[in-house]
Amino acid sequence: MNMPADAQPVAQFGETPFTRKKQRSEKIARAIFAVMVACIVIPLIVIIGYLVKEGYSLISWKFLTTNPTHGMREGGIWSALLGTFWLVGVSLCISAPIGVLAAVYLNEYAKDNWFTRVVNLAVVNLAGVPSIVHALFGLGAFVLFAHMGRSILAASLTLAIMTMPVIIASTKEALAAVPRQFREACWNVGATKWQTIWRIVLPNSISGILTGVILQVSRTAGETAPIMFTGAVFYRRIEEGNLFAYNITDQCMALSTHLFAVKTQVTNAPEALSFAIALVLLGLVVFVNLTAILIRSWLRGRKKW
Amino acid sequence: MVKPKVQVENLRLSYGPREVIHGISFDIEPNEILGIIGPAQSGKTSLLRCINRTIEFTVGAKPSGTIRVDGEDISEMRNVYELRRRVGMVAPLPVGLPLSIYDNVAFAPRAAGMKKKGELDTLVEKCLTQSALWDEVKDRLDSLGTKLSGGQQQRLTIARALSHSPEILCLDEFSIAIDPVTTMRIEDVLKVLKKEVTIILVTNLVQQARRLAARTMFLWNGEIIELGPTEQLFGDKPKDKRTYDYVNGIFG
Repeated sequence: MNMPADAQPVAQFGETPFTRKKQRSEKIARAIFAVMVACIVIPLIVIIGYLVKEGYSLISWKFLTTNPTHGMREGGIWSALLGTFWLVGVSLCISAPIGVLAAVYLNEYAKDNWFTRVVNLAVVNLAGVPSIVHALFGLGAFVLFAHMGRSILAASLTLAIMTMPVIIASTKEALAAVPRQFREACWNVGATKWQTIWRIVLPNSISGILTGVILQVSRTAGETAPIMFTGAVFYRRIEEGNLFAYNITDQCMALSTHLFAVKTQVTNAPEALSFAIALVLLGLVVFVNLTAILIRSWLRGRKKW
Repeated sequence: MVKPKVQVENLRLSYGPREVIHGISFDIEPNEILGIIGPAQSGKTSLLRCINRTIEFTVGAKPSGTIRVDGEDISEMRNVYELRRRVGMVAPLPVGLPLSIYDNVAFAPRAAGMKKKGELDTLVEKCLTQSALWDEVKDRLDSLGTKLSGGQQQRLTIARALSHSPEILCLDEFSIAIDPVTTMRIEDVLKVLKKEVTIILVTNLVQQARRLAARTMFLWNGEIIELGPTEQLFGDKPKDKRTYDYVNGIFG
């Protein structure tokens, strides 16, 4: 190297204009991302805080377990709460098995041809159909054509049709996360596809499958439009304290439609009532999501590779 | 004249429009070790997967030609699971199934309907001993197969392939993940196994073929360049100059 004798040795670990510039853009990028996180977290805290502040005074065990009274201005939300449980439960009993098994077929058995691709495309598009459209379909197909009338069954079927595509999609993703080499190792020793699925694929994707299904529970609980057309009723008294007070062919109340009714149809309802209903609905969703997280972390802890 | 164990006739294989095996024919004698050498992308693994018909799981793969096992055309076999039970396969990268070590080895017999605990215990011990793994894992058969080291998992894979008592054992570069000492132990096992099974040994270590195989095939770009007694391929005068170049590392 021919260096002039008076050349300044470059401080290798010191600051140069270039490193300063790098550090500046690093700081800016970091700040932008942090602000975006704040944009998500702050509204969430404000919403929950506001709901709690306005509605907390009404929440009590009695509020949850008594029927609404005095033209829904007083009393509790028992019939709506139980109605939501019934709708979610029945729709899940329909959509979860069908959705999961269909996803197993699509991911494990179906050959990659144009028909499969059309089916996959249909599933994705069905997941994007607005819920009010599902509601109309449910009204036409289940309530009128199948003569179910407006009932828990018709409403649950509508909700099931709505959630099934999402369950299929999430289940497929969970199945695809199991490495293909495991399947090949099983096929190599003469196992059938079913033996491979039952012994290896399902046990190792069950946490993802369950998470997808449970997340649909919280979505189902909050839906309003589909059940308004197909099975939800403005007001209904049921036996308090009996979990089977509804029959599957009955119409029912639900938290989401109850909230809508109290806020728009009932005059002089106390302000806190609608907030309390919203708080219960939110609490339900948070509870379900927490369950999903717990199940997932428990099953992840037993992850085997 | 001994009846060949495996007869391959005019086998062609294409993935979509790309043909990777261009009509090869050869026989494998019973209880021989046939070495297959050749550079990457020459169709060695694809050839093995044609023999146990797992090639069918690859989208777009189209084999043609005939492969006979014990004189029976495999494409006409109704019970393909039985074929795969008879043709054991060890893949180049170790795959410990996400099960316990015991269940890893007991997987195939169970899939074939073996239920008795006593029989399974004996079989698991026999297979793990044959694959030189028993001493290391006999005290922790309940721990996960996936938590073993790479070399141990590879021996577990071999034990799994032995667990369904194959008549033909395809080893696809089994020694990539194993240290030389263990490789030697398994090679010794193979020499013993030869009495009962026919072994197809695909290997990138040309010396391994030389140590084990009675006959060796040099496969290159989906064609058999040379198939003959190992000594002929590794000697000074193989029939094809390309064989000489490859074996002596002056391929280019």
